[in-house]
Amino acid sequence: MPTAPSSAAARWDYAPAPESAAIGRVRDRYQMFVGGAFVDGRGEDLKTLNPATAEPLAVVSTASPADVDDAVRAARGAYDGVWGRMSGAERGKSLFRIARGIAERARELAVVETLDNGKPIRESRDVDVPTASAHFFYHAGWADKMAHAGYGPDPRPLGVVGQVIPWNFPMLMAAWKIAPALATGNTVVIKPAETTPLSILVLAEIIADSDLPPGVVNILPGAGDIGRELVNHKGIDKVAFTGSTEVGKQIQTSLAGTGRKLTLELGGKAANIVFDDAPVDQAVEGIINGIFFNQGHVCCAGSRLLIQESVADEFVAKLQARITTLRLGDPMDKNTDIGAINSATQLARVRELTAIGDAEGAERWTSPCPVPDRGYYFPPTLFTNVTQSMRIARDEIFGPVLAVLTFRTPDEAVAKANNTPYGLSAGIWTEKGSRILGMAAAMRAGVVWANTFNRFDPSAAFGGYKESGFGREGGRAGLAAYLDTDDEGAR
Amino acid sequence: MTSEGAVTSERPLTSEGTLTSEGARTSEGAGSTPGVEVEKTGDARLPVAKTYKLYVGGAFPRSESGRTYQVADSHGSFAANAARGSRKDARDAVSAARKAFGGWSGSTAYNRGQVIYRIAEMLEGRRAQFIDLITSTEGVPAGTAGATVDAAVDRLVHYAGWTDKLAAVFGSANPVAGPFFAFSTPEPTGVVAAIAPQQDSLLGLVSVLAPIITSGNVVVLIASQLRPLPAITLAEVLATSDVPGGVVNILTGDPAEIAPHLAAHGDVNALDLTGGDPELRLTLERLAAGTVKRVHSPTREPDFSRPPGTVRLRAFLEIKSVWHPTGSISLAGGGGY
Repeated sequence: MPTAPSSAAARWDYAPAPESAAIGRVRDRYQMFVGGAFVDGRGEDLKTLNPATAEPLAVVSTASPADVDDAVRAARGAYDGVWGRMSGAERGKSLFRIARGIAERARELAVVETLDNGKPIRESRDVDVPTASAHFFYHAGWADKMAHAGYGPDPRPLGVVGQVIPWNFPMLMAAWKIAPALATGNTVVIKPAETTPLSILVLAEIIADSDLPPGVVNILPGAGDIGRELVNHKGIDKVAFTGSTEVGKQIQTSLAGTGRKLTLELGGKAANIVFDDAPVDQAVEGIINGIFFNQGHVCCAGSRLLIQESVADEFVAKLQARITTLRLGDPMDKNTDIGAINSATQLARVRELTAIGDAEGAERWTSPCPVPDRGYYFPPTLFTNVTQSMRIARDEIFGPVLAVLTFRTPDEAVAKANNTPYGLSAGIWTEKGSRILGMAAAMRAGVVWANTFNRFDPSAAFGGYKESGFGREGGRAGLAAYLDTDDEGAR
Repeated sequence: MTSEGAVTSERPLTSEGTLTSEGARTSEGAGSTPGVEVEKTGDARLPVAKTYKLYVGGAFPRSESGRTYQVADSHGSFAANAARGSRKDARDAVSAARKAFGGWSGSTAYNRGQVIYRIAEMLEGRRAQFIDLITSTEGVPAGTAGATVDAAVDRLVHYAGWTDKLAAVFGSANPVAGPFFAFSTPEPTGVVAAIAPQQDSLLGLVSVLAPIITSGNVVVLIASQLRPLPAITLAEVLATSDVPGGVVNILTGDPAEIAPHLAAHGDVNALDLTGGDPELRLTLERLAAGTVKRVHSPTREPDFSRPPGTVRLRAFLEIKSVWHPTGSISLAGGGGY
């Protein structure tokens, strides 16, 4: 097996380049946003931590079941009274305002996101926040063009939408959920993840400042029990969930027979397939982006690397050399590549699954990078000698852990890539155009990145095949999730 | 192929025998010719009755369980024995469907369109037979039955023309904000298990079936329990229409018995519950969650006499987005080239 180079002799160290935490203006206490007002919930306050230090960041008021009732009632009132009958053009203008508001407070939002989530400031600044703004801007433009969306001359909204989002992209997921729901004329009750409630509450301020009618967006911080309360509430017409496949299945089960529309964006175990003719350096960068972006807390992460056998050793050596240069540490440092694991719970899960990888006989390699002595961190890790039956090749680890497998023929690559109940994304690295298109067609996955990875845009639909969920977010296809699109028997 | 000798549970002929004097005219769709009496030495000719079997993997096997049930015509008289499909039949049908999926979904849209058009041609050719069958099954006048068959043929023609439009209508080139070409394209979901409408024995059946296979899906369909004969006769149409074996599989029997096995099956990707009653739908929707199946469970009572819209096509489509860098050429704006 190739070995990683010892830390390079001629290494140039970076000077620290910390972003200022003060820009986040993080307050001691945050409230729920219901009916256009910031109010205390009747649930127990929760303490959100900065995962980079494991120290408390802020206190957040949470919802009780009675608060869910109130929020749904507020959303219903807003739907019946204002939002459901407002012209698309006016709705769109509200969304444009929100898009602008996010852009205007982008730096603050990026800091809040990084402090609350642990992701590198480089990512929250360059990806999460700008893409969130772009999502509102894109959907704002749809609001008065529903007749052209391909769902009939006057597709109707569904009503009140209940949404539950995860902790890996708190701000971006809020935008992915709220923007299309509002553009199509629905009103929203949304629950952020327990460990990352802050950025969406800053978004609430932007929403309030944009003069969105009260009750159109309601935000209920809380834990999983409030999410359950929300998705099963009789007052809602539609549920949109992003999170684990396990919880997605529970929601689908509990919504059976209700006729309530459901979209699910669940887990993944994407294959990143490297052929022997791939541009090696570009592929190394792409593989690294695929699995270490956001500490691997990405449902579409390229967590299984499939390398053509003839180049496997050489490729793994280059990969390890490059991983060794990745900088792990303070997420607020602009030079940081890999930040903190979001929570102690998640860190324990990553540790548990990697220990299973050891026990099942895979060969672990860990980047020799220094690891901070406080906060939740897990160094970049790569497993070789992996077989398809191992849990590190089957389970979604949701951390900076890459399982390396090999293949000989394209057919074998296809079979291995598709050999998973998931089907969210896939990556293909080759210089041969026909092979790219052929492989892209053969992947049973909703997003295929060829010679790139982890690209997101509001105009490109995103969503899963198989147990990675159903429904799309983004693009024209994403609108269907929030419209009554049953045109059977329509004149 | 199944062995013709494997008959285990045919009903005694007595029940069939009682029909020959009065029931033959309407109950033996395939074999009788209404109004034609063959006179020969005073004996009425005994029509040759058809054994209705399952349609799995392009073949017509009996249920592996050996079970049958009696199907009545609209007057409640015995019409035929139908196979009573079992869990094993359902599993066989799923594996036949899965085997057929690669070929069917990989065929060109043009080719799929021609095959579906061919189904329409074959159905048109058997118009008289289906009119008889619907008349006896549903108890409607021949004129109404004729209109139903015509509508079913026309529906197939409608969907035949959809195969090569789906990508244009439901796909897109995506103007992403970066140096990438990104496109989204619709693909079939995979193996769909469907419950055919219980009342509308031909038009409803075709309206459920056609959109599923139009986009390249394959289907395991449970026929109407009370009115399964048009479904099995349609299978004869399919078998002679260039539809590859396994693309459409038709089971007869009790949906409440068969469908849960399909809803829980790990190799079934989606359910169409159009023909399921509310209680059965609830059970199946719960089971579907075990593997995150897509479920089409219309909340409004479908009126199959009206234009179908696109909801049934969209229900079993996946949108795949593909990205590739365009490099510096696109960044130059194109004008320089």
